[in-house]
Amino acid sequence: MGQGAAAGTPPFAAETAVELVGVGKSFGPVTAVRELSLAIRRGEVLTLLGPSGCGKTTLLNMIAGFEEPSAGRILIDGRDVTEVPPYLRDTGMVFQSYALFPHMDVFENVAFGLRMRKLPKAKIAAEVMRALEMVKLGGLERRRVRQLSGGQQQRVALARAIVLRPKVLLLDEPLSALDKNLRAQMQVELKELHERTRLTTLFVTHDQGEALSLSDRIVVMSRGEIQQIAAPIELYRHPANSFVASFIGEINRLPPARCRLSGGEIVFSLAGIELTAARRDDLALGDGQQVHLFVRPEHLAVAAEAAGGRNRIACRVVTHVYQGTHTLTRVEAGALGVLQLRVPGGAVIERAPPGSEIGVEINLDEAVALPD
Amino acid sequence: MSPRLAARLGSGLFWAAVALILAYMTIPALVVLMTSLSPSELLEFPPSGLSLKWYARAVSYPDFQAAFANGLIVTAFASTCALAVGSAFAYLIDRYVFPGRAALEAVLSSPLIVPHFTTGFGFLLLGAGLGIGRSYLLVILAHVMLVLPFVIRSVYVSLRNLDPHLERAAANLGASPWRVLSRVTLPLLLPGMAGGWLVAAILSLTEFTASLYVTAERTQTLPVAMYTYIREYTDPTIAAIAALLILGTTALIFVANRYLGLRRILSIDAH
Ligand SMILES: Nc1ncnc2c1ncn2[C@@H]1O[C@H](COP(=O)(O)OP(=O)(O)OP(=O)(O)O)[C@@H](O)[C@H]1O
Ligand SMILES: [Mg+2]
Repeated sequence: MGQGAAAGTPPFAAETAVELVGVGKSFGPVTAVRELSLAIRRGEVLTLLGPSGCGKTTLLNMIAGFEEPSAGRILIDGRDVTEVPPYLRDTGMVFQSYALFPHMDVFENVAFGLRMRKLPKAKIAAEVMRALEMVKLGGLERRRVRQLSGGQQQRVALARAIVLRPKVLLLDEPLSALDKNLRAQMQVELKELHERTRLTTLFVTHDQGEALSLSDRIVVMSRGEIQQIAAPIELYRHPANSFVASFIGEINRLPPARCRLSGGEIVFSLAGIELTAARRDDLALGDGQQVHLFVRPEHLAVAAEAAGGRNRIACRVVTHVYQGTHTLTRVEAGALGVLQLRVPGGAVIERAPPGSEIGVEINLDEAVALPD
Repeated sequence: MSPRLAARLGSGLFWAAVALILAYMTIPALVVLMTSLSPSELLEFPPSGLSLKWYARAVSYPDFQAAFANGLIVTAFASTCALAVGSAFAYLIDRYVFPGRAALEAVLSSPLIVPHFTTGFGFLLLGAGLGIGRSYLLVILAHVMLVLPFVIRSVYVSLRNLDPHLERAAANLGASPWRVLSRVTLPLLLPGMAGGWLVAAILSLTEFTASLYVTAERTQTLPVAMYTYIREYTDPTIAAIAALLILGTTALIFVANRYLGLRRILSIDAH
């Protein structure tokens, strides 16, 4: 798409809040973000998920206006803001380090943006109080920010951004500085906050659990490129490529397999054994095609007998990791390598101690087959 | 010897060493203080009695009064000019990339050694060449040069310690560049700037070597007047005025440390 055409007649729909058109960024020889296009829908929580250094912060900084794209256009509410300075963009950023103003108290921090907009005093006070209530910080407005806990600082940073009702809320790993329990609690609160405000939100994280639980849609990124954009369930069930398959949740990657179509079934021959799956729409494979099978740990089960039977293989138990509701069991599966099983409860630990021989049944009903 | 005894002995030795070093560092000031309290007509140590009469003479001596007033004028202008120029310069080094920046930064973060003799002599020649003689302007120019590195360093350290995300956050909340500067950057740099100004003021008030060259009788500062005095008289007035100078600067340093945090001015800590 030509840039001139993009700027003249933006492919903009009313339900799109932010649109990136061919946006890329290089720092000298380093390409932080490859040219990509992306639309954030009004009111949704869109998550950028990817490993460290894949360009998430860079993308966020370009939307906020802190970094100038090397290529492409950025549209907010249909307006091309590529050349607009940060303070006129109306985005609300929450920084990983919170970046609260240390020379102001909680109230003044939250009031800062309202003061910049020159609102009347009474209105500012009312709005600040409402925002502080929303993040459950009522009564702390005169505290100095240095006297707040990490979680409280986080809430001030959120309140400071949402009080302005920005066109898009930009959250750069807002929970990563919190300890595990607080993180889980803040996840829930973020979700509730979004229910109440319905602000368009771009959420950055490298924690896939956080992404799965908070997002309407997830953008998986790797090395500056978009790998897949999909709803959490879709992403988990139908990863588009092996990067997404391995990055979202736990998954077993089986050795290369050759397909053979036989009636209503597909037979995969791999490493000297055969696995069979029923034909499905999303398993559109050709005869003789070379693929990798990906199977989630929860689709592997301990079989009653050690060997024989469909999709059943003999394995030796390596370790058990007990997790309360379930046990993660690692087994040595001969030519298939090491597999991970998710077994409900903990009984398996006594039934099949490390070193013992067991049969493992591979359920391919939800397996993913991806070309090499 | 039991380990506990050894530890006690060790810590005793440590504190004795600390006390010795402290005593050594403060002896000159103590000697001056004690001499200033002597009733004798001559400078004597240890003093033979106790009297405040030399203090009375020191503060009523017209040359000292004039020199002190000169010093205040010079210090006020010199530290304030140095603060303005130094802050702008520090901001430039911190924010902009230009050739030679790394070298400048290295010079600024190493101990500052300025040969005051050379500075004074150079400015004296310069003053003659420019036809401004040994005027206030010349004295102030010389002092600005001498204190500038300290101000730059102080402001520069504050700038380095400033979290860059704060300015971005302000812009993101709708603050124009000018308002980011006035509402966020400057308030956060204020302690560093005040500290730099105070250090500059103390250095300027007590500077002697360069001032000896660039001041005339009409523009001489207190240290120069003290030097002139001691060349002509040998009574403890000089000790009294020196004691006052010591107490004054100590009080200023105390204030600086208490309210501005000298630690922050003299070191870069990670944020
Ligand atoms: N100012 C810069 N100058 C040079 N390279 C940069 C700059 N900012 C980012 N990069 C590079 O661009 C790439 C993407 O960085 P970015 O900070 O966007 O990653 P990220 O996905 O946010 O990572 P993380 O999860 O660690 O925060 C990295 O390789 C990084 O080294
Ligand atoms: Mg980042």
